[in-house]
Amino acid sequence: MSFLDPVKGFGVTFATMFKTVVTEDYPKNPEAPAERYHGRHQLNRHPDGLEKCVGCELCAWACPADAIFVEGGDNTDEERYSPGERYGANYQINYLRCIGCGLCIEACPTRSLTMTNEYEMADDDRQRLIYTKDMLLAPLLPGMEQPPHPLRLGDSEDYYVKGPELLRDRTANRTNSEGPQ
Amino acid sequence: MTSTLPAATSPAPQDPPGLVVPEGHVKLTIDGVELTAPKGELLIRSAERIGTAIPRFCDHPLLEPVGACRQCLVEVEMGGRPMPKPQAACTQTVADGMVVRTQLTSPVAEKAQRSNLEFLLLNHPLDCPVCDKGGECPLQNQVMANGSGHSRMVDTKRTFTKPLAISTQILLDRERCVLCQRCTRFSDQIAGDRFIDLLERGSSQQIGIATDQPFQSYFSGNTIQICPVGALTSAAYRFRSRPFDLVSTPGVCEHCAGGCAIRVDWRRGEVTRRMAADDPQVNEEWNCDKGRFAFTYVGLDDRLTKPLVRNADGVLAEASWTEAMSAAAAGLATARDSAGVGVLTGGRLTVTDAYAYAKFARLALRTNDIDFRTRAGSAEEDTFLARHVVGNTPETGGVTYTDLEQAKTILLVGLEPEEEAGILFLRLRKSWRQHGSRIYSVGAVKTRGLTKLGGILVPAVPGAEPGVVAGLADSPVGEGLRAAHAVLLVGERAAEVPGLLTAAAQLAESTGARIAWVPRRAGDRGAVEAGALGSLLPGGRPVDGPAARAEVEKSWGASVPDRPGRNTGEILAAAAAGELAGLVVAGVSIEDLPDPTAAAKALAGVGFLVSLEIRRSAVTDLADVVFPVAASVEKDGAYRNWEGRDRPYDATITGKGTLADARVLDTLGVEMDVDLYTQTVKAATADLQRLGAFTGPRPTLAEVPDRPTRPAVEEPRGFLLATWRMNLDGGSLQDGEPYLAGTARAEVARISAVAAAALDLTDGSSVTVSTARGALTLPVEISPVADEVVWLPGRVAGASLASTIGAGHGDRVHLAAATTKGGS
Ligand code: SF4
Ligand code: SF4
Ligand code: FES
Repeated sequence: MSFLDPVKGFGVTFATMFKTVVTEDYPKNPEAPAERYHGRHQLNRHPDGLEKCVGCELCAWACPADAIFVEGGDNTDEERYSPGERYGANYQINYLRCIGCGLCIEACPTRSLTMTNEYEMADDDRQRLIYTKDMLLAPLLPGMEQPPHPLRLGDSEDYYVKGPELLRDRTANRTNSEGPQ
Repeated sequence: MTSTLPAATSPAPQDPPGLVVPEGHVKLTIDGVELTAPKGELLIRSAERIGTAIPRFCDHPLLEPVGACRQCLVEVEMGGRPMPKPQAACTQTVADGMVVRTQLTSPVAEKAQRSNLEFLLLNHPLDCPVCDKGGECPLQNQVMANGSGHSRMVDTKRTFTKPLAISTQILLDRERCVLCQRCTRFSDQIAGDRFIDLLERGSSQQIGIATDQPFQSYFSGNTIQICPVGALTSAAYRFRSRPFDLVSTPGVCEHCAGGCAIRVDWRRGEVTRRMAADDPQVNEEWNCDKGRFAFTYVGLDDRLTKPLVRNADGVLAEASWTEAMSAAAAGLATARDSAGVGVLTGGRLTVTDAYAYAKFARLALRTNDIDFRTRAGSAEEDTFLARHVVGNTPETGGVTYTDLEQAKTILLVGLEPEEEAGILFLRLRKSWRQHGSRIYSVGAVKTRGLTKLGGILVPAVPGAEPGVVAGLADSPVGEGLRAAHAVLLVGERAAEVPGLLTAAAQLAESTGARIAWVPRRAGDRGAVEAGALGSLLPGGRPVDGPAARAEVEKSWGASVPDRPGRNTGEILAAAAAGELAGLVVAGVSIEDLPDPTAAAKALAGVGFLVSLEIRRSAVTDLADVVFPVAASVEKDGAYRNWEGRDRPYDATITGKGTLADARVLDTLGVEMDVDLYTQTVKAATADLQRLGAFTGPRPTLAEVPDRPTRPAVEEPRGFLLATWRMNLDGGSLQDGEPYLAGTARAEVARISAVAAAALDLTDGSSVTVSTARGALTLPVEISPVADEVVWLPGRVAGASLASTIGAGHGDRVHLAAATTKGGS
């Protein structure tokens, strides 16, 4: 037992003072999560603003926590929300149940459903944690128009049908590829 | 054992050493398993019997084989020689010594099936996510199980405009069709409505309709159910949910006396669709469109949820159950003790509910004034029901669907099966097509429905039917009826013609033909059994039989009034005349009653009116106390179909807090100091069963009453009215389903060519039908009817003939070309 023993333990403390910190300064300076972080869902849009969701409920089916509720609806020429016949008329995700597994994203046949990096979803009210379609829909970017409206991407339905192909062609021509959203 | 079989890859066949081949059977081998099969059996069925499922799309056990989809290919070897190409197991019949190898043991069959699947998918769109069949699709399932994950098709797929509405209800998506022809075969063979067919050739081959005739069949919904892909879907269910959302509950259809087994699919406390369930004894695998689509009435805005009591200001206001109960009990007790109370139950109740009314009337109201009929009743009908109907069930030898199928001669009296009992119509058609039965119908119109039964019209103008029926005994029809397997089916409409029921019963007795009664509503037969009739106590016990009454009194432990009750017409007349001080009315539309105006007056004028209803109606508006009751899907219970077969079912939608009529009456009874023991279906059923059926002598047939002479023809153009209600006619249980309503038949007045010429009318021109009470205008359809007869649908533009022209079957009406509006 040496007289230095009582201060020996501070070695770690002092040494750590000169290392980079691992904690984050939340909520003052929140860090960006990893690029593929499973955050709040988003229902994406076509470039003209029409919704990509077709109301197929595959996400709801895939969800192991039964967090998603979808009801389909019938598009008409007068009232069109998505290309094609069917759209998601009622869409809700219950974040009290969602476990963030992302199986819904894999199930979605239209790439309508993706996850954003947003994680600040704590609340003290159960009702507010059931996100409805209006809360989940992607914002209208420039050039987008709030549905219902007719198909705006040319009179051929090509864009909507061949979207992924076109996108692939486009990204292949470009060196710098951005994730489709 | 066949030594020619090259080393089978299947497990060693445990062939029973000496497989006995019964008479009319052959011996064959499937995948190394030896079996016997009746001659003529299809390979696909024989394989099923040994537990081998051969994939299929077009094959359906109730349709004739066609071999259209080629999915069921198997390898077949006959007499040691393999057939050159794989054979379709759904068209190939068994033969002695046949050696069959399915996909389980034959690489050739397996490859043929896999390739066919790929072929079927060539032009099939990949829109499973938005297809209503997705998740329950035979094609999807087979591709997932056996198909290839990749398509070698690189070209653009064939596309069609989608969807195509082939009726207001049925949507056709030709891209998805695999041309199995199940739909066209069903429509042609089963329903007899060949409104859809294969059109075009080659890769443009498609299902379609004629340009001028939509797919307006009463049975069109079945094609949706049997379509093995999502090519046929319904407008009502379009995109409403996916199969995995739904909970399926077995149920029984509440729309007619057929008693179809159904499957009710529901989600979040609401029915989303209904399907036909498989019940080989009753509906086989079919139902009619009314049973399939008409279920939305339950959730309409006018649904009653709380009891209503008329307050001091004369306004019907919501009240608590306790308040309503004591108000009703007090009002009914006062009315009972003054002039008495009558009960009208309507024909839509389950057996236990009808029983509760029957018991409530006898014990709490101390009367036999109860009637389930909303139409005219008569003493003749009461006798007929007591003698020929009540207590006849399949167990006690009553006529069944199967009997009809095997019958040689069937005589229809006052019954138009296609309009009044859809599923019975399908069975009769099967009887004619498959067993060659001869079907006769006594009536004034040779209908398309009768033609589809291969039927022969025995012409009888309205009112003359009893004489015609009586005269049949010595005709070829009578001969047919005298032979074995003859059935006389009497519709409830027969009661409209005095003497007809008696004549029919006498014909049956003199020829030895079996007789059955076919009412129109699901609850009619159960009401007769349960004693919701003035002359009959439960179990068919006559009120005026002291012994029968004593049995009931013993079981109920209370005395039962001995004066036979009045029928609907008489009860309403008595109420109007002040001879009754109160009425209890369940599920009755004033409109349906024989004289709606007088009925409305009687209901408005009666001292105290209690109504038990599911929705607001003209009756609830007049009532002093209204109790909301559970709709059919919300309660347990049972219907008795026309055969007398018990059709029990459990509640599908629970948790709405709605109560069945029997439960409400039980509580009301307690409030009036009587115990009904009908608070649950179990208790009520036990109570009814304890009574059992009446074993005493049944009443004898009355003499044919003198037919009242019809009013003389007031003018040369007085036509005799023939009428019945159509299958789809805007009745209150069809409310809230516009797509179904769109498939209803056009409302027309049918007259003969001679009559049309005399009136200067042509096909399609408008005719005004009038009586002293009113008039209505309809397009003419020149039809095979007697020259002095006009046929009208029972309801025109949603209103009954009784309420518009005040006329019924057999009345004289005036016809004129509709030149000026309003008619004469
Ligand atoms: S988000 Fe995607 S998977 Fe979910 S319903 Fe919409 S289209 Fe279907
Ligand atoms: S519509 Fe359906 S049932 Fe009719 S032929 Fe096509 S796949 Fe078969
Ligand atoms: S099932 Fe045999 S050919 Fe279709």
